[in-house]
Amino acid sequence: MKHFTKAMLAGVAVFASASLAPAGGQGDGGLESGRVNALGTEFPAIHTVVAGAAACANDNVTVESNLTKEHRDLQVAALTANPAEYTAAIVANSSIVPLLNEGLIRPLDELVEKHGEGLKKNQLITIDGKIMAVAFMANAQHIMYRKDVLEEAGLEVPTTYEEVIEAAKVIRDKGLMEYPLSGTYQTGWNLGEEFVNMYMGTGAPMFKSGTAEVDINNENGVKALNMMKELTSYMNPDFLTYDSNAASAEWEAGNVAIMNMWGSRAGPLTDDEGSTEEITSNTTMAAAPTFGGGDIPATTLWWDGFTISANISDEDAEATFIALMNGLKPGSLTEETSTQAVWLIDGYEPTDTSAGVFATASAGAKPYPMLPFGGLLHTAAGAELSDFLQGDESAEQALADVEAAYTTAAREKGFLQ
Amino acid sequence: MPHRTFFWFILPSAAAMLLFIALPIVSVFVQSLHAEHEQVMKEVETCSVFSCETQVTVDAEATQLLYEERPLGQFVGFANYTNRAHLAFDKVGALWGSSASIGEFVTGLGNYPFYRALGFTLTYTFVVTPLVIALGFMIALAVNMLTPRIKGPVIFFSLLPMIITPLIGSLILFWMIDSQGILGATLQNLFDDPNLSLKASTPLTWIMLIVYGVWSSAPFAFVVFYAGLQTVPQDTLESAMIDGASRWERIRFVVIPYLAPLALFVGLIQLMDNFRVFEPIVGFNSEAHATSLSWIIYNDMSSDTALLNSAATTSMLTIVGVAILLTPVLIRTWRDFKG
Repeated sequence: MKHFTKAMLAGVAVFASASLAPAGGQGDGGLESGRVNALGTEFPAIHTVVAGAAACANDNVTVESNLTKEHRDLQVAALTANPAEYTAAIVANSSIVPLLNEGLIRPLDELVEKHGEGLKKNQLITIDGKIMAVAFMANAQHIMYRKDVLEEAGLEVPTTYEEVIEAAKVIRDKGLMEYPLSGTYQTGWNLGEEFVNMYMGTGAPMFKSGTAEVDINNENGVKALNMMKELTSYMNPDFLTYDSNAASAEWEAGNVAIMNMWGSRAGPLTDDEGSTEEITSNTTMAAAPTFGGGDIPATTLWWDGFTISANISDEDAEATFIALMNGLKPGSLTEETSTQAVWLIDGYEPTDTSAGVFATASAGAKPYPMLPFGGLLHTAAGAELSDFLQGDESAEQALADVEAAYTTAAREKGFLQ
Repeated sequence: MPHRTFFWFILPSAAAMLLFIALPIVSVFVQSLHAEHEQVMKEVETCSVFSCETQVTVDAEATQLLYEERPLGQFVGFANYTNRAHLAFDKVGALWGSSASIGEFVTGLGNYPFYRALGFTLTYTFVVTPLVIALGFMIALAVNMLTPRIKGPVIFFSLLPMIITPLIGSLILFWMIDSQGILGATLQNLFDDPNLSLKASTPLTWIMLIVYGVWSSAPFAFVVFYAGLQTVPQDTLESAMIDGASRWERIRFVVIPYLAPLALFVGLIQLMDNFRVFEPIVGFNSEAHATSLSWIIYNDMSSDTALLNSAATTSMLTIVGVAILLTPVLIRTWRDFKG
């Protein structure tokens, strides 16, 4: 098992190009009829895929999309209707879970066999032997650093969070920056994600094996929380209001030297908009650090991919699959779209901005768990940890609160009795 | 009005109220008494981009069967009301036993999401409502004194805070009070404290939200009082002047008693409005320091895994809260009505 995991990771890292045997697919989107309507989150890479799908529209085929940050709130209700409003939902590791829980997306085995030309095996998200989603990009939070600031302070690129803190202290003591660190610590989903990332770095599982019983109220949890708190002492005091946008703005303003940020932001942060040449040219990506003597990076690996609704006609499902596959056509990436994400599409050439995600994946980071009750723990952590980070309660109390909040929610959802 | 005419007169609105207010509340109440069915889970091999592992997943078909039998889920009675996410009876009982003082008990309550939200919601309601009434009344008096020529523009500008969508208004203020924003930086200068941050401190966040609440609601009170001022009987005012009453005395003994029913009306609306405070909490990203009952409902429904029954329970508790708040005002109105 472990060996296999390593092999798959290596597969991501070098993007082995072993394609599935083509079975007479039609990559050019020669569609006869059908309805295509995709629901997904909003960032440049997703726009690129949907634009590729929209190229299939003609007199008999409508291609629409609704790309919004609120997609997670809409998707379950929108796909429960029969026929469903959206024929496709573009999801990630975590947002596919509610759709799986309710059985709202269909197995794609037949469609992949018929039209899946050029897909690699690791793009196929397979659950219990059935293909449920087709992934097209990978993502992870990892660190970005300012080369010039680290050089000025005489520092090496940190590989552990202990070194990150050491570096932050030096930068502050030398008077280079008052708050050299940043991250996505906004109370709610972002803070929950930071906790999951940090906890993953301990290598311990978050749930008791095979059950929905949470297992974070232990020394690993305390270790993770204490590390988070130490990091926040070098962050702008407003850190509990910082999401990716706010943290990116701080970065572009030149107030931060080391930041834990999504790989998908690497492109926008190094382009020529919103910042100065001095900052963008020195913004460099590196693997997510380890901590506490562990060897697993304290982060989670993510994929984004598309799924097809269960409650639509087979004809629309086929049209949707073909249209979205047109968005993932091998060799369709341009210089501009290549920097938008770490693409899993054939013909993708890694760029400087993808270095962080690649380094993180090859260092052995774990994927974000696709557990049916994972989202409940994520929410509980996001809501209950802010008291601890403000210094209002102990790490043990915060973990007990997370455990209690999770257990209450999991009982209500029927995961625990 | 004869009973028969009254019946036909009221029927359309009564039917609409039944359909759009009463029935949904009944539905929400029924849902709050249920939890979801036990999820049938199985362990399967899951392969993603990075690796394959054996993980538990929900057996959607088997779980679906349970729902076909009983679509509402399992009946749990009032368990949703008493659990930790809501009234937390067990925890509060234990806390009462272990707290040495009332202060410790109240601080301890803040650890539970419902009481934390209730604490802010009530504070916000009881501070903002009187301030809005007082400020609105003062603006109305001031505007009423102006010469007709500039009255129009002044009224328009006084109404602006109410015209701006609350979410947008709070976002604009959120950026202004940022430590690099115009208000935040000015405050840092005034207090000579470069680390002063309105967003990082709980008391300052509460004050900020309350100031925002007064700012955005005062125009409503102003408009109502201003309209009322136009109807104050001039005869009474003039006779008061002849009796030698000062401006303050005329306001105190003529205008205020005359406008008292309006103040009651504004108070009633503001109590309801402020109790459901929501947008500023999202706009100011203040979830770490202040949450409200409406925010809990929103949070339950907008997570990856929506907690619908929990949201229904909080909704019912909010309705109970509004009813309790309004009781004194309604009793007063009833007495006035009976004469």
